[in-house]
Amino acid sequence: MPADSASNSPGGLGVEFAQFAKRYGARFALRNVSLSIAPGECVALVGPNGSGKTTLLKAAALLIRPTSGSVQFSGASANGAGRDSHDDSTAVKRYIGLVSHSTLLYDNLTAEENLVLFARLYGLDSPDRRALAALEPAGLAARSKDLVRNFSRGMRQRLAIARALLAGPKLLLLDEPSTGLDRAGQHWLGATLSDIAAAGCTVLMSTHGAGEASAFVTRAIRLLAGSIAEDSAVSGDARGMLAAALAAHQEA
Amino acid sequence: MALARPIGILLAKELRTEFRTRELLISTLVFVLIVLVLFSYTFEPTTAESKRFGPGLLWMALLFAGSLMLHPSFTREQSNETLVALRMAPIDPVSILAAKILANFCFLLAAELVLVPIFAALYNLRIVPVLGRLAAVLVLGTLALCIVGTVFAAISSQARMRELLLPLLLLPLLTPALIASTEATVGLLDDPPALSAVYIGVLAAFDTIFLTVTWLFGEYLLEE
Amino acid sequence: MGTQALATLGVALLLAVAAYCALFVAPNEATMGLIQRIFYFHVPFGWSAFVAFAISFVSSIAYLRTRTPKWDWLAVSSAEVGVPFVTVMLVTGPIWAHPVWGIWWTWDARLTSTFVLWVLYVCYLLLRTLIDEPERRAVVSAVFNIFAAFDIPLVYFSIWFFRTQHPQPVIGAGGSLDPRMLDVLLLCWGATLALLALLLRQRYRVEALRWEIERLRLEAESRGSVPPGLAALRDKEYSA
Repeated sequence: MPADSASNSPGGLGVEFAQFAKRYGARFALRNVSLSIAPGECVALVGPNGSGKTTLLKAAALLIRPTSGSVQFSGASANGAGRDSHDDSTAVKRYIGLVSHSTLLYDNLTAEENLVLFARLYGLDSPDRRALAALEPAGLAARSKDLVRNFSRGMRQRLAIARALLAGPKLLLLDEPSTGLDRAGQHWLGATLSDIAAAGCTVLMSTHGAGEASAFVTRAIRLLAGSIAEDSAVSGDARGMLAAALAAHQEA
Repeated sequence: MALARPIGILLAKELRTEFRTRELLISTLVFVLIVLVLFSYTFEPTTAESKRFGPGLLWMALLFAGSLMLHPSFTREQSNETLVALRMAPIDPVSILAAKILANFCFLLAAELVLVPIFAALYNLRIVPVLGRLAAVLVLGTLALCIVGTVFAAISSQARMRELLLPLLLLPLLTPALIASTEATVGLLDDPPALSAVYIGVLAAFDTIFLTVTWLFGEYLLEE
Repeated sequence: MGTQALATLGVALLLAVAAYCALFVAPNEATMGLIQRIFYFHVPFGWSAFVAFAISFVSSIAYLRTRTPKWDWLAVSSAEVGVPFVTVMLVTGPIWAHPVWGIWWTWDARLTSTFVLWVLYVCYLLLRTLIDEPERRAVVSAVFNIFAAFDIPLVYFSIWFFRTQHPQPVIGAGGSLDPRMLDVLLLCWGATLALLALLLRQRYRVEALRWEIERLRLEAESRGSVPPGLAALRDKEYSA
């Protein structure tokens, strides 16, 4: 993972949800969720469709205005001592990467143009070089001048992941990232997440329990109807929860 | 100003995306031409009548074209939820709106560079002597259309019946700008040509007020 | 319910008194005769409509800043009450014009501007029906409301100035205002304001009740026990 030039520290953001609630008209997507994620944790979010996983991820990405409650961040400083909380939400956005259900990419731009655009928006230096450097490991360097519209599903997913990693995030949010990836892609994703976890980045990933990505999970949280039904930090069995989630998913 | 950089980056993206396909630009040009030709059947294009009705037709045609063309500003961000990606970036959300307003302004102005001379030729109007002042009116009037049009495109992209909603909301609100632009243009085609200070003032006030309102409240339209 | 009935009675009484004064107490206008008395309805309904839209504007801003649903209820209620008031003004205008000039409509500055005003707030209400999700509806329509409100003075000015260049018959102009006429006019305005307050309060309460019903339904649903009557409301579109 390319090191962030602004601060060469790896490390992750801590995320704190305090009574976070979001309603869409008649429906509560999240009900007073309180959750503490320490920097560097690798958390899996499981649960049936509609349980609020996507909403929770978007809330962590500061995309959602809460109906009530709040989400806050804390980051380890460069030498790992002490904590400073990022009050300015625009500043903290710099450190958050999101891989969503949609690709978040412009179909009418090339792979390179997409990455250069976001490199510039995130204020990275030498955006052109960084964009090309990000395409390499994703196996997309050969297609850098092709329009994303012409990419296969798997290639788009790889590009989406590369885009999320571009600015060297300290908090990586992934919504079922294995979707659309072939075997090689999943292997690459697993390796990438392994590197990130090793560098101390916090990872919050919604998953159905399968895939190489799940191997790095240190904690699992199960959501049901917008609330936390089970948290392996309490119950102690992250692996078991993942296996149960996989079984439930395969049954459905 | 901190907004200038992200606006510049996003503006480049908007322009690049549009010029790659050029669909919007070409459709706008063709549409306005058709309207101008059709309208010529509704009255006798003698010089006096052309001077009286021509400018109104030009601005109406631009208004209709604008309201069709502004629509994709936001709907094209919806297919891959790219607006989410932009909102996640560490930039002021207002810069997203501002970049789109500027981009639409550039497109419309580019279309007008082609259309206005054609319009003048079709209706036998002498615009060369007043070119500078006409350009000022075109700039202010087009800006009015783009500011309100882009914001309303953001509004209508979140509603049902969005293709119909945009012109429906836009046209009544643009009444002062339409009157001012049309009358200012009529004044310029008069003998002797006169640029109405009052109407220029109305356009300037319109642009300033709505740019300020957009700056104050526009970002709420992008939220979830 | 006692205060509600009393208030309605009070307003009805006030309107009756105002109507009586308009028809019988106010002095006869020199040129136009009986039809001129419509002025005592045409103008006050217009002024009250402006008050309603001003309330809607302020409520929209308050909603955007605080995100408290009550402000959204007030914004939609005042706009919904304001629109019929403007309709009254738009309808009485031609009724007045016809006997006097023999035409139904002139592109009179005030009438034209008022027509644009009417269209703008009808658009506001239409926009609201086209967005299903309540919070989005409230936010988006609030922004539109603010745009419309700032547009109004520009609309009135530009149309007025346009008409000074291209004059048309003006509805309702002319003559100085006899002090007795002014008194009756103000009385009528007071009566329409009272009507506005009454209707506004009713409409606001409807909005508040809808919200409460939704809340109760959600609560019952989450506990898994929904009474049959409440369940029947489940499929009804929550819209305003």
